[in-house]
Amino acid sequence: MPHSLLDLTAYELAEGIRTGEVSAREAAEVANTRVVEVEGEVRAFVTTTPDLALERAAAVDARNGEVALWEGVPLAVKDVLSTRGVKTTCGSRILEDFEPLYDASALQNFGEDLIMVGKANCDEFAMGSSTENSAWGPSRNPWDPSRVPGGSSGGSAAAVAAGGGWWALGTDTGGSVRQPAAFCGIVGLKPTYGRVSRYGLIAFASSLDVVGPMTRDVRDAALLLQAIAGHDPRDSTSANVEVPDYLANLDDGLEGLRIGVVPELMGEGIEPGVREVVESVARGLESAGAEVGEASLPHSGYGLPAYYIIAPAEVSSNLARFDGVRYGLRVPEEGVHEMYRETREEGFGDETKRRIMLGTYALSSGYYDAYYAQAQKVRTKIVEDFRAAFARYDVLLSPTAPSVAFEIGEKVDDPLAMYANDICAVPANLAGIPAISVPGGLSEGLPVGVQLMGDHFTEPMLLRAARATEQAAGFRFQMRP
Amino acid sequence: MISEEQVRHVANLARLGLTDDEIEKMGGQLDAILDSIEKIQELDLADVPPTANPLDLSNVLRSDEPRPELSREEALTPAPERVDDLFAVPRID
Repeated sequence: MPHSLLDLTAYELAEGIRTGEVSAREAAEVANTRVVEVEGEVRAFVTTTPDLALERAAAVDARNGEVALWEGVPLAVKDVLSTRGVKTTCGSRILEDFEPLYDASALQNFGEDLIMVGKANCDEFAMGSSTENSAWGPSRNPWDPSRVPGGSSGGSAAAVAAGGGWWALGTDTGGSVRQPAAFCGIVGLKPTYGRVSRYGLIAFASSLDVVGPMTRDVRDAALLLQAIAGHDPRDSTSANVEVPDYLANLDDGLEGLRIGVVPELMGEGIEPGVREVVESVARGLESAGAEVGEASLPHSGYGLPAYYIIAPAEVSSNLARFDGVRYGLRVPEEGVHEMYRETREEGFGDETKRRIMLGTYALSSGYYDAYYAQAQKVRTKIVEDFRAAFARYDVLLSPTAPSVAFEIGEKVDDPLAMYANDICAVPANLAGIPAISVPGGLSEGLPVGVQLMGDHFTEPMLLRAARATEQAAGFRFQMRP
Repeated sequence: MISEEQVRHVANLARLGLTDDEIEKMGGQLDAILDSIEKIQELDLADVPPTANPLDLSNVLRSDEPRPELSREEALTPAPERVDDLFAVPRID
């Protein structure tokens, strides 16, 4: 074992725990200490759970090796995933004191002894690209605390980049795993829609939401996906598709892989420094043995507007459940409608209100066909674009986000500028395909993520391409600060 | 342009209380967002079917068998207000 456990990837730590070289309890202690050390600067967590981590780590150790490989490695969990008896706020005042009665299904393969270091901060109900929409204030980018860590899973990304837990779970509705991973110099994987159960994930946009790994490298992402993937009868949209071994072909290299760079996601609006990193990675992949060409997605420019109709429409429906009756905040009022209005006025933040309004408007009588129905048809065109591209290429390549991490406060009063950040990410959500962000290099001294996209359920190939990409890029995980 | 009256109407549909300041600000922001979304109107998609779910699932059913679920007592624990073993709500007007 190297000097510090913090030098290890999650996979290496898991191996160490399996062979008995290190105990899960030691790992939990190191994670807890590191969280205390950096939390003042990074603010990755809404709630930290050091005692729970130690107690459960001891329980894992007591099982004498009767554990799955992933079980001993401390995990940060985004605060939109339900955790039994542990406060789950979704970054919202309306759930300030909410303690779920069960664990999200995505956590079930970690069992009763899930070693959780804490609940990671995020934009309210996962709506945002910076964590600035959290009712508890923004998290900071460990590479530069004056900048955002990205969002909405920014707390999860910041926790991993800062070593507060070896890996984390985020959720991705329109880039919320990939963009913060890109901003913080880590790997973020959005699996195929339905690959991971949404049961116990507090819903944002149900036809887009998916839980995904945020990790130090691609092998860690493969291992964490192994832990969370699978069919769940409690989620009717969960896919009844066999879970393959995600680690088996990870190091098979690029031989025979056809990679298409998406020109529509390389042009206007993409910072030159970001474009250069993607181009350099593409050249690296070609010289390492891949066939690299151009793969057009002609409708990708319509992805963002379609997304900003479909997602808010689903929000307006999903967030109707926060009515001050069964859980969460209630503002006492005389009549029930006043109670609803005042509870939601006080409980929701600006962006959440904006999206509820936008979605309600888009679904309201007289506007439904022009907005929601049209957006669903755009979605079909985007699906068809991908189908054509995957007939020719195995994997598509683009930037993950158009820029490096921006300054805190820079875009918070300009919703459109904030939304524009999701431009490269949303097509994969609309089509339900898997996509992964891998650190490709630096621009202005800050990490740049490159995005790889694959067809439905091709995670083994996507991870293999991503593994080769991180090797071609030569970017090794760097713990910050 | 979205009028103040429309903003109030939509807020009412969403059971969302908004202050006068919020109403004014929201109108401008919704206008800007809707403007940017208009772009999708330029596509002729009359013959294109809509996509609601990327996996094309339909009618996923489970067998209708009784199974243990949360007890009434557990289900009531997170409630902001209860009366005996029920959720309490204000007068329904």
